[in-house]
Amino acid sequence: MIAMNVNLVQHLLLNIEETVSIVLFGIGFTILLLHRNLIKKIMGMNIMDTATYLFLAAKGYITGRAVPIVVDGIQDVEAYINPVPSGLVLTGIVVSVSTTALMLALTIRLYERYHSLDLDEILILAKEEEQT
Amino acid sequence: MSRKRDNYETSRWKKFKDWLDGEISPLDRGMEAREAFFVKEEVSAEPIRQETEGPELSGAGEEERRREVLRARGIRYFQRFYKVMSVALCLGIILVLLWTVASLPITGNAANPDNNEVAARYIERGLQETGAVNIVTGMILDYRAFDTFGESCVLFIGSCCVLVLLRLDSDSKNESIRKMIAESNDRHYEPKNDLILQKCACVLVPVIMIFGIYIVLNGHLSPGGGFSGGAVLGSGFILYLNAFGYEKMGKLFTEKLYKRTTLCALTFYCLAKSYSFFTGANHLESGIPLGTPGAILSSGLILPLNICVGLVVACTMYTFYTLFRKGGM
Repeated sequence: MIAMNVNLVQHLLLNIEETVSIVLFGIGFTILLLHRNLIKKIMGMNIMDTATYLFLAAKGYITGRAVPIVVDGIQDVEAYINPVPSGLVLTGIVVSVSTTALMLALTIRLYERYHSLDLDEILILAKEEEQT
Repeated sequence: MSRKRDNYETSRWKKFKDWLDGEISPLDRGMEAREAFFVKEEVSAEPIRQETEGPELSGAGEEERRREVLRARGIRYFQRFYKVMSVALCLGIILVLLWTVASLPITGNAANPDNNEVAARYIERGLQETGAVNIVTGMILDYRAFDTFGESCVLFIGSCCVLVLLRLDSDSKNESIRKMIAESNDRHYEPKNDLILQKCACVLVPVIMIFGIYIVLNGHLSPGGGFSGGAVLGSGFILYLNAFGYEKMGKLFTEKLYKRTTLCALTFYCLAKSYSFFTGANHLESGIPLGTPGAILSSGLILPLNICVGLVVACTMYTFYTLFRKGGM
């Protein structure tokens, strides 16, 4: 059991980029759940996005190889890192920018209406409004 | 003996069951018991015990009060429960994911299963098939161009949504909206025609613009492309706007221009890619020369597509800024 745990920790340290990205993801998720402030929730969401990029970038990396831009006509697979995750990260960044802008716009509208950024307060005020 | 039945109506178990059945939500209770929750927090513990032990005391007012206090207690318990549970959930998720990472192959190893024949094909044949020196650009704008089209559309739709949410119409007849415009115009809190900012912008904006255009145009030759170059261009626009104000910017960049540019770029992208997909799927000659790899005018459709994406991104960044700033261009 202990030997297995030591193995696990060693493996996690070898995969340090991915471990860090998982921890970052967890931090973002915790912020998303525990903070009542909408802006902080959006920040947590962005931290989660960043963790995903780090994970994808770590997946595509191969030690000792170059950026996938052909130099001097060398087209050997052995020379370059995996280009697929780079493209996926690009997609992620674009979608994250759009969703962040949309969330911020919605937050501004909510603030204009209820003069509060506290999600619980907004929900209570909305309920009251609904009942009257 | 009958205590259990007496308390059943107000007991937490009943509330929990109701909540599970969806008849009441904990926030409902929170709303009713808000004052009780904040004021009577300290008082709540003692009187309750007395009341529950003395069943004769159940007058109408007492009953009401008892319920209220119980509700306040309920929401306090709920909040504590929520915090504990969310921390537990997060830790659980992190542990499960770490467990998964511990059994993933080691980073940076060339023999990992994600470095499969797809990546090999892109690297080995990408230059011949797309004409792009930058393999990632060749991949996202040729092999996976449909995906990139979707991304541009996501950006466009995102900016449309923000426009719908934040736009303030200055021609509106409604008084309240005009008032809101006057309130949201924060420019009179800032120095007008700030000389330092203007001089810096004079030096910086041309450089930023040229750099952005360079990134867009060299997307198939070097790191960069439509998205990053477009973001640089957009930030150049934003700097210019901050230094010189909306009037000067309005001469160059209007809402009409934004709409036309974005729509033209997206339509051109759509048509060009449909054509090349159509010819590619039917094994026809597309008639688009690939050129010599490494030259600026090479790699077929990638250069125009990069320009389209760059335009869309630059316009979107600038629109986001203006909309968040004052709700319109």
